[in-house]
Amino acid sequence: MAGLKRTPLYPVYERYGAKTVDFGGFEMPVQFSSILAEHEAVRTSAGLFDVSHMGEFEVTGAGARAFLQRLVTNDLSRLEPGSAMYSPMTYEHGGTVDDLLVYCFSDTRFWTVVNAGNIHKDWEWMNAALRADEPVSLVNRSDEIALLALQGPKAQAILQPLTPLALAELPYYRFAEATVVGHPAVVSRTGYTGEDGFELYVGAKDAEDVWQRILDQGQDTVKPCGLGARDTLRLEARLPLYGHELTDDVNPLEAGLGPFVKLEAGPFIGRAALAQAKADGLKRRIVGFRLLERGIPRQGYPVWADGRVVGQVTSGTMSPTLHEPIGLALVDAAFAKVGTALSVEIRGRQSAAEVVKTPFYRRAK
Amino acid sequence: MSSNIPADLKYSKEHEWVRVEGNRATIGITHFAQDELGDIVFVELPETGQELTANSTFGTVESVKTVSDLFAPVSGRIVEVNQALADAPEQVNQDPYGAGWMVVVEMSNPGELDELLDAAGYAQHTAE
Repeated sequence: MAGLKRTPLYPVYERYGAKTVDFGGFEMPVQFSSILAEHEAVRTSAGLFDVSHMGEFEVTGAGARAFLQRLVTNDLSRLEPGSAMYSPMTYEHGGTVDDLLVYCFSDTRFWTVVNAGNIHKDWEWMNAALRADEPVSLVNRSDEIALLALQGPKAQAILQPLTPLALAELPYYRFAEATVVGHPAVVSRTGYTGEDGFELYVGAKDAEDVWQRILDQGQDTVKPCGLGARDTLRLEARLPLYGHELTDDVNPLEAGLGPFVKLEAGPFIGRAALAQAKADGLKRRIVGFRLLERGIPRQGYPVWADGRVVGQVTSGTMSPTLHEPIGLALVDAAFAKVGTALSVEIRGRQSAAEVVKTPFYRRAK
Repeated sequence: MSSNIPADLKYSKEHEWVRVEGNRATIGITHFAQDELGDIVFVELPETGQELTANSTFGTVESVKTVSDLFAPVSGRIVEVNQALADAPEQVNQDPYGAGWMVVVEMSNPGELDELLDAAGYAQHTAE
């Protein structure tokens, strides 16, 4: 595909039968064998994803923490070395620039991990926010870092023989600098699937070796997985995807990310607008719904209630785990309560739906 | 010739196949089409008695990632619909020329068959 970037793992895709698509400007595998089989592997065993298209910015210097706090809605004062934190990043008007992970290596060294399609926008945004006299240095390391996600209940058992790091002692949203099959790696207990698992940040030149060794180690308990399964997995777990649940027009409170918006922290860009939105009461909310008739909801389909359009679908799929059509929709707040009857317009026809509790799927602890 | 393109069928450029028996035409989508779509999770078909017009849409097939229209390769009245696909759409992936058939039509203009590709023509079409 002309004009698309490729990750360092592109050369192995063909060996595993990948079909590729344009995602965020990258030629990425949408599936290797079958989205449904890959989805099930992650829920019951393990799956290995190439997510090297994600961007990594390194933020260093005495002012790094204060600088990042001006940009993100979560409370970075509580972020300790060795921990990662999820946070939206907002515009002055409260709409969402991106949602990202902040990794704290030390009080003067952080990473932000951003969505592939937003790398350029975020880079410009963060640099524009940087004051000339601020003791902060920003480096875009996206091209030199590859990111592999090993996800699923068997992830730890597969990865442990390949790293000296004691994985059982690494809690959720903690990370460590270690080695994986001898290569320097940041091993992070994070993911985007609703399962236990790890994200491994490795050098671009080491990515292929790490990928291959994990597959060799896991044998038939791990499957190479594409972005198709990543999308159905994250949707069942009700994890937002930028461009769907989050946009420059949708603020994180509307998206249900209130726990990651700390209005007492900061000040951060967008705080006043979000405080006002909260005080005024939200006009719209992202809700989870299930379709009560046959069909599949898709992004952009109109959502009806009381004889009028009250919102639209932001994500939808046939849930591979639940075997029913599910989705998320941005609707008028009056129709956001669990149990509310909605209908989704699919190719001109109304299909009954109801607002349900989310996440659609939660793993057994 | 690939065994994935049976020699006894006719094909449309939109990747439907047609099996002709007298005046009746059974219609489905090709192996190539199901492979391109990936896991098929929903098939929406018209009802028995409805009229199809060649080259117009008569239903949709949805995989996990995409929605794809079904185009009628010939005109006619639907006399049978594969109801099994409602509960088992994966049959289109597993057996596109057998259990994955979609509708049977009684052709109103069998001359339209001449517009379709034979197996060799379709093989060339999908290789392009």
